Amino acid sequence: MMMMNHSLKSQCKVNLGTVIEGKWHRNRYTIVKELGYGANGIVYLAKSQNQQVALKMSDNGMSITSEVNVLKSFAKVQGSALGPSLLDVDDWERRGSKISFYVMEYIQGPDLLTFIHQKGPSWTGVLIVQLLSDLEALHKNGWVFGDLKPDNLIVTGPPPKIRTIDVGGTTVQGRAIKEFTEFYDRGYWGLGTRKADPAYDLFAAAMILINTAYPKRFSKSTGDLKQLKLMVRQKKELLKYEDVILNALQGNYASADEMRNDMLQLTRSSSGQRSTPNRKKGQTTGSQPVSRQAYIQKKKKGGFIETVLIVLIVTLLYLFYIYGQLL
Amino acid sequence: MKTGTLKQILLITDGCSNQGEDPIAMAALAKEQGITVNVIGVMEHDVIDEQGMNEIEGIAMSGGGVSQVVYAQQLSQTVQMVTRKAMTQTLQGVVNKELQQILGGEKTMEDLPPEQRGEVMEVVDELGETVELEVLVLVDTSASMKHKLPTVKEALLDLSLSLNARSGDNRFSVFVFPGKKKDVEKLLDWTPKLESLTSIFSKLTTGGITPTGPAIREALTYFKKKRSLRSLLSRDDDESFFEESV
Repeated sequence: MMMMNHSLKSQCKVNLGTVIEGKWHRNRYTIVKELGYGANGIVYLAKSQNQQVALKMSDNGMSITSEVNVLKSFAKVQGSALGPSLLDVDDWERRGSKISFYVMEYIQGPDLLTFIHQKGPSWTGVLIVQLLSDLEALHKNGWVFGDLKPDNLIVTGPPPKIRTIDVGGTTVQGRAIKEFTEFYDRGYWGLGTRKADPAYDLFAAAMILINTAYPKRFSKSTGDLKQLKLMVRQKKELLKYEDVILNALQGNYASADEMRNDMLQLTRSSSGQRSTPNRKKGQTTGSQPVSRQAYIQKKKKGGFIETVLIVLIVTLLYLFYIYGQLL
Repeated sequence: MKTGTLKQILLITDGCSNQGEDPIAMAALAKEQGITVNVIGVMEHDVIDEQGMNEIEGIAMSGGGVSQVVYAQQLSQTVQMVTRKAMTQTLQGVVNKELQQILGGEKTMEDLPPEQRGEVMEVVDELGETVELEVLVLVDTSASMKHKLPTVKEALLDLSLSLNARSGDNRFSVFVFPGKKKDVEKLLDWTPKLESLTSIFSKLTTGGITPTGPAIREALTYFKKKRSLRSLLSRDDDESFFEESV
């Protein structure tokens, strides 16, 4: 009745130089090299009529179809490049079995961590801000990226521009996240559900920021906010993003734009002062959005001082009154 | 399209059965009753030998499910992936049957041109999100599994987190084998959440034989028993629902 895959290991390894011809559209692709592989297939660099393309194939036709659906929906969004553009979808008949594949634009460049390692940490803020505006567009169209991690972020250019690849985890908002990687998953850290909402991606974005300071990642010890807080505080380059990171980890941002604005404020004011520029900024210019945590803390502190003052004044008045009575 | 409830057995083991019925035959029996059997082989420092591998793949194949052998550290991610994958596989089967009725012959989703496949996939995705799911977890607690049990517990909590993000209802139950007196022992009755596992799992004792075959056979009766018990309660909405899912 149907082909079943009894194990998750991929059976579609292809030798370099192999020519792949589609059964339906008859386009031919020559395999140049392997670009990467995941749970749901292998991506190759291929050549078609002297044009470089990326070709993803999988023995699991379902996941190919599912990803193609996402890419098609992205293509309808005008004016922004949410994922690689889709060029072709087809089946390849190989020794009697059928392998589904799709062909997309080849996005060339190092992944996020490699790029930051090469060019220095001053790029971190810029690239995350770029990523957040892409996420905003994605969320506005009803999607959540899902499997957001440095391996899925390529920096193309010049000029350097971050692009997302691999839409295997991209999920309709409100549904269960299709695919994720533990380190970037809020469920793994016990900080939320695996239901697709914008905050899910923003949590991952914050983990990517942390990841830039810990390229080898780290494993769960207490596995909660406390551990992550500690890891942030141990790295000087993360301290300046502390507020934004903690807000994103706790799901305080309703949209990528909110997080992006906070990031922009930080990068704007971080040239001179080192210590928590965000809060300072919030105090001097009241009209601009203050980072949430700073705001709450300020409010709390303000409330406390107010209470103490009132109690003091009332006590003083009362003492005067008693004093007057006694005289 | 009515799909009833998806029923799965999730077997977590680290090697070969050594007592009772052939587990591969018992898995085939499960499939006949509409229950999918998935198998996860857990390794740590030890490597599962070829005989063990063959058994793991054999059980999943005849049980219509998915199998995967992993190191203990990757267990969480694997458990949820295998479960989701098996769900999609089953649903694809259901959708393919519908397609055959509409299109006639042996046509399946894979025979459609890629352009039309997308729409069918959306139906499968939608079903995967909303369908009711029952997972009976069957954990091997033979001596060699002892130090892997905390990881198994973590993985099961993680599974419930993943599945409860869906809008469809879930029910889980957990069994271990060998049990104290019988081949199988119930740890946790059908429940939508697995959190209560935390306290029970620490009290588990391990040891003895690995009666995988009898364990699967017993597990099957548990799906049935529950059904008849629930229909005895004769809550009308439930009754019609079970008739459909038989």
